[in-house]
Amino acid sequence: MSEPVVQTAGLTKRYGPRIAVDEVNLTVRRGEVYGFLGPNGAGKTTTLRMVLGLIRPTSGTVSVLDGAAGSPGVMARVGALVEGPGFMPYLSGRDNLRVLARYRRLAEAEVEDALERVELGERGGDVFRSYSLGMKQRLGVAAALLGDPELIVLDEPTNGLDPAGMAGMRSLVVDLARGGQTVLLSSHLLGEVQEICHRVGVINRGRLLRESTVAELLGTPRLQVRAEPVEEALAVAREFTGDVLVERGELLVALAPEQAPQLVRALVARGLEVHSVRRSDRSLEDVFFEMTAAGAVVRREETVS
Amino acid sequence: MTTMLASTRADVLRLRRWPAVWVVGAAWLVLMVLFGYVFNYLAYRTGSGSFATDGMAGELLLRSVLPGNVPETITAGTPMFGGALMVVLGAMAASSGYGWGSWKTILTQGPSRTSVVLGSLVSLTLAVATTVLASVLLALGIATSLALVEGADLALPAATDLGRGAGTAFLVLLMWALFGYLLGTLARGPALAVGLGLVWSLVVENLLRGVGSLLSWVDALTTVLPGTAAGSLVGSLGATGGPEGAPGVLDTLSGTQALVTVLAYAVLLPMITVLVVRRRDLA
Repeated sequence: MSEPVVQTAGLTKRYGPRIAVDEVNLTVRRGEVYGFLGPNGAGKTTTLRMVLGLIRPTSGTVSVLDGAAGSPGVMARVGALVEGPGFMPYLSGRDNLRVLARYRRLAEAEVEDALERVELGERGGDVFRSYSLGMKQRLGVAAALLGDPELIVLDEPTNGLDPAGMAGMRSLVVDLARGGQTVLLSSHLLGEVQEICHRVGVINRGRLLRESTVAELLGTPRLQVRAEPVEEALAVAREFTGDVLVERGELLVALAPEQAPQLVRALVARGLEVHSVRRSDRSLEDVFFEMTAAGAVVRREETVS
Repeated sequence: MTTMLASTRADVLRLRRWPAVWVVGAAWLVLMVLFGYVFNYLAYRTGSGSFATDGMAGELLLRSVLPGNVPETITAGTPMFGGALMVVLGAMAASSGYGWGSWKTILTQGPSRTSVVLGSLVSLTLAVATTVLASVLLALGIATSLALVEGADLALPAATDLGRGAGTAFLVLLMWALFGYLLGTLARGPALAVGLGLVWSLVVENLLRGVGSLLSWVDALTTVLPGTAAGSLVGSLGATGGPEGAPGVLDTLSGTQALVTVLAYAVLLPMITVLVVRRRDLA
């Protein structure tokens, strides 16, 4: 699980004065589903293009499967869907995959397998131009699966899919990882990443802000306590744990939900007024916006620990 | 080598199933039949001169549509509309994939960029060869039919003459197709590439040849241009150029010099294409 499949060091891409990707160091390990998270224009696709050798870094290095990004020996073991599906519109879905299978020197049977895996078997004979957005996207994923590559890079794979299609795509990605394939997935859909990724890298304005497991990113579960006066409540809470935050007049106490009754008893015993106690369900979304939004800095300043 | 073969097989499938490729090939055949046979034969039958046949005696008109003249017929149109159509074919084959994003998909499949481009150029070469073969067969079929109808000379051209004709047509069309492919690669979009290619092949070279009569250095420059080489190579086969012959057919260069120039383009253009694709960012 720990062997790196993709490793970048100081990866940077400049377009004139604009820095699209700024000193990104990310590591994708074998067998994991790595979520690459960021708002639109954060530099996700540019980073993935460098990982695939489609564009050259301005500086820094990328190593993929122990080789140079984009080198023939490496790319034969990588499948990719980058920035939307790119196919010949006049060819059928099946013929488009046949063209790619010829480049990869694969048997025609692999094309049928790939079509079946994305549930396009029945529509494989229709021309690509007639496909819906979701079908085009699924064909793109089928192309990435051709030849059972060790590393599969999927850039926003659920783009254009309906809810059922999205669920299907998520279970497909989970299956791939279960089968031992490594998946590097970019997305701006946080729920999706939270659900299926082992580790995530958060990128914004070209910089990798954080790289960790989803659990680490979400942090310890907290109890959200509204009690007055706040200063006294804080003192009580700190008898239980040192990790207490104050946000908008509420305490965020790093305690498991089972310890809520004890905390409430202690607060009431000191004569404090307890208005509410609930579990703080911090989603990846909250964490993400804290990290990427400018306002995050202000909120952090209120932190007491 | 195996990856190049794989790339060629893949690109052949891409081109073979592309309706636009067939349309370009068919357009060439239709134009060849119109200007090589239909107009000449109608002029011969009706005895009236047309813009292309003005001043030609009936005997000459009839001879031009007989099997013996097939080598000239299949080459006469190559410097002009044949070349222009092949520029369109090459430009399309190279540039459409940038807009569709299919080059991006193809270049992440494993083969090196050099293999992919060379494979694509080989498949383009095969498309041009198929077009020439179709032209030869079609021309022989029509010429033989007309000879039978007219009770005229059925003798086929000598194999060497036919081979030279087909080879010349192939080289000229291939050079223009490679020229189009390079333009398409540089422009990354069919509209600009086709537009520039057509303006160059149909207009600019002719204008430069006009200016060449006034300025000697322009004249020297025109001798190494692809249109001059193509026109001279066809002219060296005996096809008539000038105001009374097929447009674009020239006698500026000797046959050997023209052949060397065309071959040099057929080597240089792919080399530049490969260099451009190898170095570029596919954003």
